[in-house]
Amino acid sequence: MSVLAPPGGVEGSGAELTARRPTGGNARLPRDLHPVAWWVWAIGLAAAASGTTNPLSLLLLVGVAALVVSARRSDQPWARSFKLYLWLALAIVVVRVLFRILLGGGYAGGPVLLDLPEIPLPDAAAGIALLGPLTSQALLAGLYDGMRLATIVVCVGAANSLANPKRLLRSVPPALYEIGTALVVAVTVLPQLADSVRRVRAAQGLRAGAEGRLGLLRRSLVPVLEDALDRSLAMAAGMDARGYGRLPDQQRGARLLTGALMVAGLLGVCVGTYALLDTSAPQVLALPMLALGVLLAVAGLVSAGRRVERTRYRADRWRWPDLVVALSGVGAGALGLWVAEAQVALAHPPLDAVPSVSAAALAAAVVAVAGGLAAPPARRGALA
Amino acid sequence: MIELRGIDFAYEPGAGTPARRVLDSVDLVVEEGELVVVSGPTGVGKSTLLGIVTGLVPRFSGGRLEGDVLLDGESIVHRPPRERAHAIGYVGQDPARGFVTDTVEEELAYGMEQLGLPAETMRRRVEETLDLLGIAELRARDLRTLSGGQQQRVAIGSVLTMHPRLLVLDEPTSALDPTAAEEVLATLTRLVHDLGVSVLLAEHRLERVVPFADAMCLLPGDGRLLVGPPAELLRTSPVAPPIVELGRAAGWSPLPLSVREARRAARPLQQRLVPPVEELAPLTGPPGEGLVARGLTVSHGAKVAVREVDLVLPPGRVTALMGRNGAGKSSLLWALQGTGRRSAGSVAAAGTDPAAVPPGRRRALVGLLPQNAADLLYLETVDEELAAGDPDDAPGACRALLDRLVPGIDGEAHPRDLSEGQRLALALALVLAARPGVVLLDEPTRGLDYAAKAELARVLRALASEGHAVLVATHDVEFVAQAADDAVVMAEGEVVSSGPARRVVVESPAFAPQVTKVLGAPWLRVDEVVAALEPV
Repeated sequence: MSVLAPPGGVEGSGAELTARRPTGGNARLPRDLHPVAWWVWAIGLAAAASGTTNPLSLLLLVGVAALVVSARRSDQPWARSFKLYLWLALAIVVVRVLFRILLGGGYAGGPVLLDLPEIPLPDAAAGIALLGPLTSQALLAGLYDGMRLATIVVCVGAANSLANPKRLLRSVPPALYEIGTALVVAVTVLPQLADSVRRVRAAQGLRAGAEGRLGLLRRSLVPVLEDALDRSLAMAAGMDARGYGRLPDQQRGARLLTGALMVAGLLGVCVGTYALLDTSAPQVLALPMLALGVLLAVAGLVSAGRRVERTRYRADRWRWPDLVVALSGVGAGALGLWVAEAQVALAHPPLDAVPSVSAAALAAAVVAVAGGLAAPPARRGALA
Repeated sequence: MIELRGIDFAYEPGAGTPARRVLDSVDLVVEEGELVVVSGPTGVGKSTLLGIVTGLVPRFSGGRLEGDVLLDGESIVHRPPRERAHAIGYVGQDPARGFVTDTVEEELAYGMEQLGLPAETMRRRVEETLDLLGIAELRARDLRTLSGGQQQRVAIGSVLTMHPRLLVLDEPTSALDPTAAEEVLATLTRLVHDLGVSVLLAEHRLERVVPFADAMCLLPGDGRLLVGPPAELLRTSPVAPPIVELGRAAGWSPLPLSVREARRAARPLQQRLVPPVEELAPLTGPPGEGLVARGLTVSHGAKVAVREVDLVLPPGRVTALMGRNGAGKSSLLWALQGTGRRSAGSVAAAGTDPAAVPPGRRRALVGLLPQNAADLLYLETVDEELAAGDPDDAPGACRALLDRLVPGIDGEAHPRDLSEGQRLALALALVLAARPGVVLLDEPTRGLDYAAKAELARVLRALASEGHAVLVATHDVEFVAQAADDAVVMAEGEVVSSGPARRVVVESPAFAPQVTKVLGAPWLRVDEVVAALEPV
């Protein structure tokens, strides 16, 4: 708490804080970590997962994600979503394996586990086999592949339950504030729309009216759209009345400069991307142009941000644990990708042998756990 | 402080609609620390007047505005609402629709972020506002999980943090139960008294706000705006709370505005009143008709919305369903109708369980007018709606019903262009077309003025006298006094009191109508008192 409070505004008593001072000082007092830190950490884990099909490494990564989530998530509603992602991951693995059984007939190697009859397909579908004998390797290949995708999904889920996705949207640079707000509003409106659909469907059952598919569609669509329109107008009016979009007086010169920087930057990025993808274009245009474009665009954003007079309430602060968390994610991702490059046999184990884990993969997991636990515990009891 | 000078406002003529003049050279001055109430029948332009002050009209509504709006002598009529936000705070009719963020604390800070206040100031003001409005314990709560009264207070707080000098509120208590409304009004008076904030608010339920008002504006409906002390304006106002009606009938002068004043004035009146004969209407109608619910339970996941409720709706009687926001009234109505799922218990309407039959037959057993009547409407004209709602064997039945409920609604009009009361009548006609024996209404009085409420009360009495069993969920105790025979009070999904309306509303101070508060039991309505006075 006291981390975010202004001096003198500390809520907890000073004696209590000194008595149970966490190792690492004030930066590790319970608080919400910067959302960007958690997302970088999770993307690092996901990158490590994407470079391997080793089931042990993948299970290790899932374990890391689950451990850190259970230790560091808050008691806010979004934090409970991790379980959903775990179920989704399980479903992915099951579906992947089922598809292997259905389509994986004739996969080379390994003892036949289940001798299913192969269903003959017409010539047009040559190369696709339905069912057929199921070998252990086919099953394992499906399992490994499914696990890789599932692990990536679990990593995203971990980020989602550790950091409120809406807070992430709010961390955009000031110049992109309007877009950030629009996205936040869109995210908020979706559940309301679902609510409105449910309400209107129930209400339409209370009266006689057009029957048939088209009639029923119209009966539910018109009131829902009217309601959505009313809602958006009310919201726009509310936001306007509360000062959304206030512009300070600014010089014409500053506005022109911002506009010119943005346009030039965009052009540079376009030309650079084109040159990078089209190998026949002069390579001098490729990376240098892309870099120049990005540079100009950033300069434009900074210049646009400078004229914004908006401030942020209790902005997320970036302190050393945030950096450690983000760096540990980057480190774990780099180690994982290095294993994928340098130790191909370990990253993609053969299907006829028991997989093993290299020290580097273990190190990646250890770095991720250590980094994740370096984060301060989440604020709790906020709902009380 | 804020001044309207010679304001003319008219809606542009549209396709098929003539230009409509709403305000005609209107002048108004709101001084520092004044609470001004805007009143008048529905649709006369109360919201328009508020919108002109905030700048939302004509920007969000269309129309032509002439005249000048001055803030401390400086013209702001051409400034958009966002440029007035630092001085004028606006809270709309449905606060939940104006929320931008998702937690209480962020919502309170949102306006200040737009103004670009330093972080320390924002932090300090959020804490102050949380305490001022008594919502400190809600600071981290999700806005959608708050009750109506809490949402309203958060909405007020979210504009207060900007330290506006004028608060503009559009019907701040219309959706609230009596207790929550009192809380919100107490908050407003505190702001006016302690902080010197000026308040301009529009309200239908004058009985709630008039005691707190310093001045009153009355829009009689012809484009004029009458401004004056409430006691004077109410003497002739077409809209008046029951206490004023009582004062007019008894010839009190000055007109009392609060229950306390009226009680003092009523002492001589008490002796002239002959207590009416206790009317205990016997239950009429053949047994087996009406609606009987036993042990009705509705749960949404772990939350029990309705817990083992026993309810009997005899034909020929109007029952009022009261209780604070979120007490389970809507869940109960939907479960009685059969569309809402019930977890346990039985419901029998005319001997049949409405949940066990298809929607077509269900409509003929139990009709339900949902809270948002517009959800029922989907066509472009009133005539099309009525034709679509007709039962197969009786074309024209809906029109006949509507003409009996509220005669003279133009068939060519778009349902959205009707007044609140007319739209309600149209939706009710569509529900009644299936000739249900039981009629349930969910919060029909929201947004209705006194005349429309009296009209609705008459419609409900007529339905009951035709043998329908009627159940109406409402927060409006004055409406209950007018329309209901019986009353049921719910709390936390359970029935806490039920019986004849006269007994139930008198038992609880929160639900007692104004006349009862002044004269004591058994008086409920002004017309009863007037009738009892006449022999003298």
